[in-house]
This record gives sequence, C-alpha cells and structure tokens, in this order.
Amino acid sequence: MDRFFNRGGPTAAFVSIASLALAGCAAASASDGMDSASASAPVAAQDEPYASTYERYPGVPTALIGATIYDGAGGRIENGVVLFAEGEVVAIGDASLAVPDGYTVIDGTGRFVTPGIIDIHSHLGDYPTPSVPAHSDGNEATSPTTPEVWAEHSVWPQDPGFSRALANGGITSLQILPGSANLMGGRSVTLKNVYSRTVQGMKFPGAPYSMKMACGENPKRVYGSRGRMPSTRMGNFAVNRETWLEAQAYAEEEDPDRDLAMETLAGVLAGEILIQNHCYRADEMALVMDMADEFGYQVSAFHHAVESYKIADLLRENDVCSAVWADWYGFKMEAYDAIPENAAMIHNAGACVVIHSDNENDIQRLNQEAAKAQADGRRMGIDIPDADVISWITLNAARAMGIDHMTGSLEPGKMADVVLWNGDPLSVYTRPQMVWIDGALMYDMDNPMLRPVSDFELGQPGEGDVK
Amino acid sequence: MKRFLALSAAVLSTAGLTLTAAPLAAQDIAITGATVATGDGSAPIENATVVVRSGRIVAAGADVAVPEGVPALDGTGTWVTPGIFASITNLGLVDVSAVSSSNDVRASDSPYDAALDVAPAINPAAQDFSYSRAGGVTRATVTPVASSGIFAGQGAVVDLGADFDAVTQRRAFQHVEMGERGASLAGGSRTSVHAMVRNALSEAQYYAQQGEWDEHGMLSRLDAQALSRVVTGEQQLYVTVHRAADILSVLALREEFPNLDMVLVGVTEGWMVADRIAASGIPVITAALSDLPESFERLAATQSNVGRMVDAGVSVAIGGYESSGDHPRSLPQMAGNLVALNQVTGATGLSWGEAFAAITSVPASIGGLEGRAGVLASGAHGDLVVWDGDPLEVSSAPLRVFIDGVEQPLDNHQTRLRERYRTLDESELPPAYRR
Repeated sequence: MDRFFNRGGPTAAFVSIASLALAGCAAASASDGMDSASASAPVAAQDEPYASTYERYPGVPTALIGATIYDGAGGRIENGVVLFAEGEVVAIGDASLAVPDGYTVIDGTGRFVTPGIIDIHSHLGDYPTPSVPAHSDGNEATSPTTPEVWAEHSVWPQDPGFSRALANGGITSLQILPGSANLMGGRSVTLKNVYSRTVQGMKFPGAPYSMKMACGENPKRVYGSRGRMPSTRMGNFAVNRETWLEAQAYAEEEDPDRDLAMETLAGVLAGEILIQNHCYRADEMALVMDMADEFGYQVSAFHHAVESYKIADLLRENDVCSAVWADWYGFKMEAYDAIPENAAMIHNAGACVVIHSDNENDIQRLNQEAAKAQADGRRMGIDIPDADVISWITLNAARAMGIDHMTGSLEPGKMADVVLWNGDPLSVYTRPQMVWIDGALMYDMDNPMLRPVSDFELGQPGEGDVK
Repeated sequence: MKRFLALSAAVLSTAGLTLTAAPLAAQDIAITGATVATGDGSAPIENATVVVRSGRIVAAGADVAVPEGVPALDGTGTWVTPGIFASITNLGLVDVSAVSSSNDVRASDSPYDAALDVAPAINPAAQDFSYSRAGGVTRATVTPVASSGIFAGQGAVVDLGADFDAVTQRRAFQHVEMGERGASLAGGSRTSVHAMVRNALSEAQYYAQQGEWDEHGMLSRLDAQALSRVVTGEQQLYVTVHRAADILSVLALREEFPNLDMVLVGVTEGWMVADRIAASGIPVITAALSDLPESFERLAATQSNVGRMVDAGVSVAIGGYESSGDHPRSLPQMAGNLVALNQVTGATGLSWGEAFAAITSVPASIGGLEGRAGVLASGAHGDLVVWDGDPLEVSSAPLRVFIDGVEQPLDNHQTRLRERYRTLDESELPPAYRR
C-alpha cells in the first residue's frame, strides 16, 4: 500500500481491504551512477549533519561451511565456505577453501547462505507500529515539493517492526523513504537494521542520500483536492519542471545562501543524491526518464513499477531499476495492470529488478516474494536461476541505493552482512537461522535471548513476539 | 504430466473466457497417481486417486479404484486438493479499491447497517474473482465492512465458478465490530459498543418475539428485522475483536443472549485466552501472520497465535485481509509460513495437515459447509485443484481448477496482458492489436 495515508481508522480494521487503496510509494535509483568516492562524500554532507554514529558490535571470526552459497551477485557455490572477521567478508569459496585457525566453525550442511537481505523501500520508523496518528510521520503533505525534509528526522528507532524484519526476513539494511503524497517527498535515510537509542546510531555509514519522488495519482489527488496545483498529471510535470529549473539556477550560483530544499535538489543534479521515484504506469515512467534527461539527473529506480514489463527495453536502455512487489495489484487505478510476471519479464529483458516491501509485513518475507515472482516467470517460460533471484533482494537493491560497494554481496572486503537460512531461501518452509550484521551475530533462531525487543514492547503481553 | 496438460487445454477451449449464464455441465473425472491432500487435517497421501461424478466427490485415497466409464487422468507429479475456501473477502464487491464508484465494501452514508446485504451487489465478473479462481480459491465468504454503524451488514457464501450464479447462501451471517474500530463507530468508546449491541439485540428480540417492529426503538425496521435472525441464532454473528479482554467481553454476551451463534474474527490476542475460547466452542477466523502491535488492542500480536489456539482446541480458519498485498490467492503462502514457524525455538506453528485444513475444511465448516466443501469426502462438492507442486509452497500454482465438477477457465486480464507483452516488438503493429 503505498504509504500515502496514515493507517488507523477504518484501515485498522481486520478487514481493511477496501480502505487501503491508496498506496504507492516511491521510487528508485539506478545503479551505476555512484562510485564510491561520491558515495562517501555527498554534497550536502559536507559538514555531515546528523552523522552516523553506528559502530559494529563485537563478533568472532566465523567460518560457515558446507552450505549452498548464493553470493548475491549471481554466483552459486555448493558445499561452500564463507569466512568473515573484523566485520568484513574475508573469503568465499568452495570446500577447498581452508578455514584459518581461530575461526568459529558453523556447519551449514543442508542450509543456505546469502548476503543480508536489503529492502529498498521501507517506512519502518516513519510509519511505525502502533499505527496511531501520533506516529504518522512519513508524508509532509503540506506542499507538493518538500525536498527539504529528511526522513531521518521522522524515524522512531524503537519501531517494533525492525525486530520482525530481522528475525523473519533476514533484513540487514533498509532504506526508509518519505511517503508519496508529494512530487518531491524529501530525503531518504539508509539504516543498518540494528536497534539504537538514536537514529544516528542506525544510519548506514557512508550511504548516499536519495530523494523520493512520486508520479501519478497521489500528488495530484492530494493537492488537487485542496484546489491547488497539481491537480492533473500534466500539473505534476509542470511543478516538477519548474522546480528543477529553480534548482539548476541555484546550482549555478557561486556562493548561494543556504536553502535546504535547493541543497537537496542540487545534490541530485550533481549526481550525489539518488532518485527513488514512485511510479506505476509505463507511460509515466517513460516521461519521467525524459524529464531526467531534460534536467540532467538519473533515476536510480522506479518504485511500485507495476507496468515495467511494458517498457522493460526502455528501462534497460536507461539503466533504471524497477523496485516491485511480486503480485500486488488492483488497489488503485494505476495498479490495475499489475501482473505477477512483471519481475521476471523485466529481468528477462536485461533490466534491473529489485523486490521491495513498502510494508511492515512483507519486509518479513522478501525472500518468498522473490520466489513467487521467479515461479510466475518460470510458468511463462522464463527460467531465472535461484542465484539471480537472490540478487533481486541483495545486490540489486544495494546498487539502486548506492551502497553496493559496501554490502549486497559476499565479496572479500565488504561488510559481513550474512544470513544463514535453515533451508532453501526461496521456499516457504525456510526461516533465517542466524543473521550477522557487520560480522556480529544479531539473531539466532535457536536462542530466544538473541532477539531484540523494542522499548515499546518491553513488559507488554507478547513482549515483541518473543514470549 | 504432458498428457495431463494437453487434456487440460482441450477442455479449456470449450470453457472459454467469458462467464456463462448458467453453470457448465459437470464432468465425471478421475485423477490417479497424484499426491492428494483431503483437507481434513491429515497428511498428504502419495500416489492416490480422486474420483468425481456428477459434480460430487465420490472417493479420494490411496486404494480408490477408478469406476468404469470415468475418464482417468494421470496426475503423476501433481498434487490434488479441495479448493481453497477464503474467509472474509471482498470478492465481487470491488474492481479497484481506491475507485470509490467501483467499490461496494462500505456504505458510509447509508441509513442502514445490519440490514445491508452484499448478495445483490456481488459481481462475479470482477477480475478479483478470476484471479482468485486461478489461484485455486473455489469458495469464499464475502463480507461488507462496517461503516455506517457498528454492524457491517450481512455477508454471503459464494462459489467462484465462471458463471453468474456465485451466491450459494445469501445472508449467511451478520458482521459486527466490537474492538477499537467498533468503539470509533459507536461514538468513541467500547462502552458505547456494548450498549449499542445490547440495545440492538434487545430490539431484535422484540421483533422476533412479537413479530413487529418497535417503532420507538433506535433500530430501523429493516435493521431490526435483520438482527432478529441473529438473536434467535438462525444467522451467524461474526464479531471482529482483537484484545484479549475484549474477546472475553464478547464471549460473555452469550450469558444474556444464549442463542447467539458467534464466530470471532481478527482475534490477534486470542492465544492469551485460548482456553476460554476453546471452552466456548466458538470458532475463529484470523490472519496467520499478524505479529506487530499495530494498535493498542493488538499488543500481544504473534505469529504463534494460530498454533497456540489450535493446540488449545479452538477451531481456527486463516482468512481476512490486512494490507494491499493480501488477496485470497495468498492464503496458501500464509498457511505455509505457519508450518515453517515450528522450527523456531519458542514459537508454535501448525502441522502441514492442520495448516491446509485452516484454509479449506475449517473455513468451509465455519461457512456452513461442513463435510460439503473444503474436503475431499464422499458427497462433497466436486471442487478440485490440481497443483504443479505442494500447494503451500510459494513456487506452486494450480494447473486446473474444478468447481462442482466443472473445469474452470483460468485466463483473465492479467494473463492477457502477460501474453500481449511477451514480446515488445512493434515492427508490424502496436501491441494494442495483439489479442
């Protein structure tokens, strides 16, 4: 559902089918634009306001042996070995890779290893549970363009949803986006899925910012209903283009006055802030790609791109990822042509697929969503290897978020964000067995004490689903 | 398997894509060599046979012979099960949720509440009907959502056959909100919900006993008439409630209105009072995987809710919808997750048989079709789904679907779009000409 309206009220009912309707969030980023240099020094972060204070927790040198490994980059190793220490992947290989002294060995026979799962589209923290109006912090729906707002200033680090995403979904990194009420919704924040007292303590060190944009129904409905622009799709584009013109002028100024909105937009034009663009319809995506050309920026990913299958060739040529659900459809007009084969058809055309959640429940099962999308492709004759499907929820997401040089695949030197699954991760019968973030064991299926409980849930009857 | 699929294509070409005015004729059919799950809670049976004649199940099991004259299909490599029974859906009430003119789930401004009846509004040609059918859902309950008052109105039982005779039981149940949502609809407090329910049932009792409407009461004539069937127990009362304490308050209603035939819906905190629910004999319809404290009435949310209630002896169906991504065809995935849950230390899931029953025989029984749907038992509706694998596995899908012995078309708007865009080639004509 895109996070357009806060929940509660009618949607909180058990049968909330009809109420939700308005979903749709936002968008995405494209993979290649960010090299590590620019990623580590985003423009607007010159003074690093609200800088990350995240530090990895202690871990022991660990060797996972005997498991089937999907490396996140499309590689598959049977009876493989993954070594990690000091927070980093040390080596990955087949059974011939020797385990150095001092490593704790975990037998993964019959099990599977993947990189930590990454959700490119989450609202944990900015629409946390309990979903009461006081917690509705995802849409600054007071102006159609709010590039000046930063999602991190809304994130509640005690959202119970982080724990479920870890324990059930193996989520190690996630991007928190503003909602989709606005054409330009503000900056995202990328988090490590590790509870902290502060949002700074969760911020993924060195991750670039993205800006959320939204096309289509939501902005024109929200503002049109108030009698102001935009009230149509053409109005959406006009407001966007006027704003980009303003940003171009600002970017050309030699010593401009500080302007939070313009700083974000100038960062986009400089290629340092990515664009995550909520957009459902094929025709609108094609227009947005032309708008990006007109003003000289790159869309990193289209989010909720339910019609990408109609323009998969254009998306490949423009190097834009599609962040999609496996099979959501029909909740709003622009989702009417959603088909479950979408992801497979995009992949088959050579374009980039990311499976996203936009939802505090689906984030717990991105592996299953990817498996469904793969199977729907297989039934139409598109066979996609399991190892490629895993990249949809690991490396491809990392690419579109600009963090692929740091995580997303099991490559020596990358962060040791690792999931040991107790079976095939593309099966409904499989659960995360152990999850490491930067080499620290943060979840163990067999150890109820190694499961985080947010402050909010402490002393409550279910105590964070650990009772 | 190949032969099987070839036969399928031949049959389907006669069924066509459009709805038929009346149900198609039932076929006699036997499927052999399949893995068969009967839906009754038992484990799947390998290399088994299912026989359907005149639209009814004749037999299902390992030692079943194919009667003479019944065409036998080789089901090797497939799974054969009863159709999924989806509880608490909006099937046929919605084309696009956010397009209000296409959405009949809520009647916010209606002068009526309990009297509302979904049956005449159900449109079996809605795409969600065909998507669900293609997902192996063969029967369902359809409910309105409370909006003009705490009573939502009367739901129906439907089959998903590709014809216009969808409703198999009209006015099957009344639905009332008695948790946070009910409190909001009742004027801001649970106290008002309980006062309104008691008043409504009292006025309905008067109607039932006197045969006339109390014009000085609060209920309209039609609402009182509708609820008169609830208070006498002729019609089920679905009660949406989540908080443990609220569940007990609802159970206590029967002390005042002993004939109420209740079904609890939602029941997120049911595990905390599972023994009390079990002792009441009242069945439950709940989401399988609600594990977040979405509201203050769901602080004890856990994926173990279903398993713990089942272990306590509660009859639990998995159903209902919580987000835009939930559709009837995702019920097998929800059930499968509860099988996986058993592996987590401290958690309680379901056995495979229990999980499958929770989306077939149990909801069918709650829907008034005990022994007649959701189960491969002699005399039951000939609702069969032939799957390409374990139906609870996310990679599996139906190959063929039969309702009352009639093979169903599985094409729809989505499958047509898929075929249209299988290629993006525009060298001859635009895609609009590909159909």
